[in-house]
Amino acid sequence: MTRPGSGPVTAADVVAELDDLAVHFPTPAGVVRAVDGVTLAVRRGETLGLVGESGSGKSTAGLALLRLVDPTAGRVRVAGADVTSLSRRRLRGMRRHVAMVFQDPQASLDPRRTVGDSIAEPLHVHRLAGSAAARRDRVAELLDLVGLRADTAGRHPHELSGGQRQRVGVARALAGEPDLIVLDEPIASLDLSVQAQIMNLLRHLQRDLGLTYLFIAHDLAAVEHMSDRIAVMYLGRIVETGPPERLYRRPAHPYTAALLSAVPVADPRVERQRRRTVLSGDIPSPVDPPSGCRFRTRCPQARAECAETDPALVEVSPDQHAACLFPLVREAADPA
Amino acid sequence: MNERTERSEGREGVPDRPGMTERTERSEGMPEQTVFSVEDLTVTVGTRRGPARAVAGVSWQVRAGETFALVGESGSGKSMTLLAATGLAPRAAQVTGRVRLLDTELSALPDDRRRRLRGRHVGFVFQDPMTSLNPVLPVGRQVTEAAEAHLGLTRRAARDRAVELLDLVGIPSAAQRVDAFPHQFSGGMRQRVVIAMALACEPDLLIADEPTTALDVTTQAQIVELVADLQQRLGTAVVWVTHDLGVVAGIADTVAVMYGGRIVEQGPVDAVFDAPTHPYTRALLAARPDPARRGEDLVAIPGAPPSPLDLPPGCAFWPRCPVRADPRCEHELPPLTPVGAGHTVRTFYPGGTP
Repeated sequence: MTRPGSGPVTAADVVAELDDLAVHFPTPAGVVRAVDGVTLAVRRGETLGLVGESGSGKSTAGLALLRLVDPTAGRVRVAGADVTSLSRRRLRGMRRHVAMVFQDPQASLDPRRTVGDSIAEPLHVHRLAGSAAARRDRVAELLDLVGLRADTAGRHPHELSGGQRQRVGVARALAGEPDLIVLDEPIASLDLSVQAQIMNLLRHLQRDLGLTYLFIAHDLAAVEHMSDRIAVMYLGRIVETGPPERLYRRPAHPYTAALLSAVPVADPRVERQRRRTVLSGDIPSPVDPPSGCRFRTRCPQARAECAETDPALVEVSPDQHAACLFPLVREAADPA
Repeated sequence: MNERTERSEGREGVPDRPGMTERTERSEGMPEQTVFSVEDLTVTVGTRRGPARAVAGVSWQVRAGETFALVGESGSGKSMTLLAATGLAPRAAQVTGRVRLLDTELSALPDDRRRRLRGRHVGFVFQDPMTSLNPVLPVGRQVTEAAEAHLGLTRRAARDRAVELLDLVGIPSAAQRVDAFPHQFSGGMRQRVVIAMALACEPDLLIADEPTTALDVTTQAQIVELVADLQQRLGTAVVWVTHDLGVVAGIADTVAVMYGGRIVEQGPVDAVFDAPTHPYTRALLAARPDPARRGEDLVAIPGAPPSPLDLPPGCAFWPRCPVRADPRCEHELPPLTPVGAGHTVRTFYPGGTP
């Protein structure tokens, strides 16, 4: 299997992208800069992991790809077309290309509708199955793809377990044969013993159907397992990107390093011996982000310069980029 | 029997003894005193669909200064175990078994006595801090509400104490923040306020039910560190309910794994993580992503956890078990069998499941 992400990226490889995107929300307390200058391209066939704490803007960035939020500045492109300012009617057609799986399948499925009706809805909306019989067949096929029996179609969400409901959420996302599926915390509300099932399912579907994922999660171990590339967000910005093996072994941004050091490991001896960088305080308000580097107020190695300069993402090692004036990793790009 | 308890209930002196730095009277002599013990606890909840056996025959204890972790998935009975043990189970629940808090048999007490003891000696921290906080009261008032009731603090002494406690749990500029409202705090800071509230009466036992589940990982690390630090300074016994095996590895002295309302494996944290013996414990540990095996399938457990309304007759894990070592597992409940020092497992094999 060729790993996506190696080799030069051509425009045709990019399924969806955010270009210097800003999403600001006016609130009584001031303008919340939820996403504030994010450039991100999802390449065909890859899983791009997007991690960050609550308030980092990762979910808003995902919603922007479906144009479920209105960009304040910047562009959103899907399947080569600029969709930044499409009308509501034209957006509907665009949304066939990008589907979404939400965290809580209990909340995202209509409790009064049968599972079959929920899965068939995108088929209706996008006129993908001509007759009722064709829709039924397609629903059965989709249920089979996600490992549910065909008779699940007649049941209601409350009759299913959490894992089964999330399988329905995935089937629904697959219905329109999208170019990109945005998975927003798809395993966060599931039991540990079920999380692995859903992660395996998502990977098998990707392999068999050539799917492209944006995997948004705060579970760093799950993101590492699922992703070909990872982007780390902090306070509306991407602070580091890279392949998981580099990012997790040798994080370049102090925030990535702190985030990784906070993840507990299921090994009592490792836990007793490890020294964690416990960040002090909370993520600052996105209404009034710090000047210069946004992480400097909590950064263990912030210096005076960090308040002056807002660092851009620069390559610190092959395929690894960090937005830090004093990255923890800096090596010349591999000449080979 | 209750002499000791009575004495501590009548104890004052909190205001003129600022800082909860050292616990003197309770730690002297018996550093390993059992603070809380649960014996053969069973909880049956009446529902429209019949009785649900939420907890069955659960026994454990926690000593001063120690952390006991209760691990399990949703419906495993871990939270119900704690609620029932502390007398907080819903009315529809039938609770049997013995529960001791310090020297008192809690389960034998009438409600009002039990409530007094609980309020005085047990602190609670729940998953969502907003369920513990009143949104329209300043946090300072809430932090010491219990202390006013149980220790008879005056309003003024209570306020000083609130500042002290908020400071203790790491709320910056506590003297100013004492009059702020819960919505003016972040999620992590709110959980600190709840911890301050739980510590207000210098409890012997701190019960934390998924206290970091709703928090970000960096905030979780802060809270875990805070509780560990306070425990060391105050000698509190801690019961920590979680589904996160990583958190367990970091905080626990002893761990019990629950499934289908029963403890399936229990022991010192090192023994359970080094030599997990019950197929469910093993499967849970194996289901976690391992960076060394990226690209491979995860070892998933098929199916879903059972409903307390519909438990299998034998081992509750049998329908999902990859081992099924003994034909009896399907119909007969495997006994809790010792497999190592303090390490017990529900299995038919004293040497551990083959």
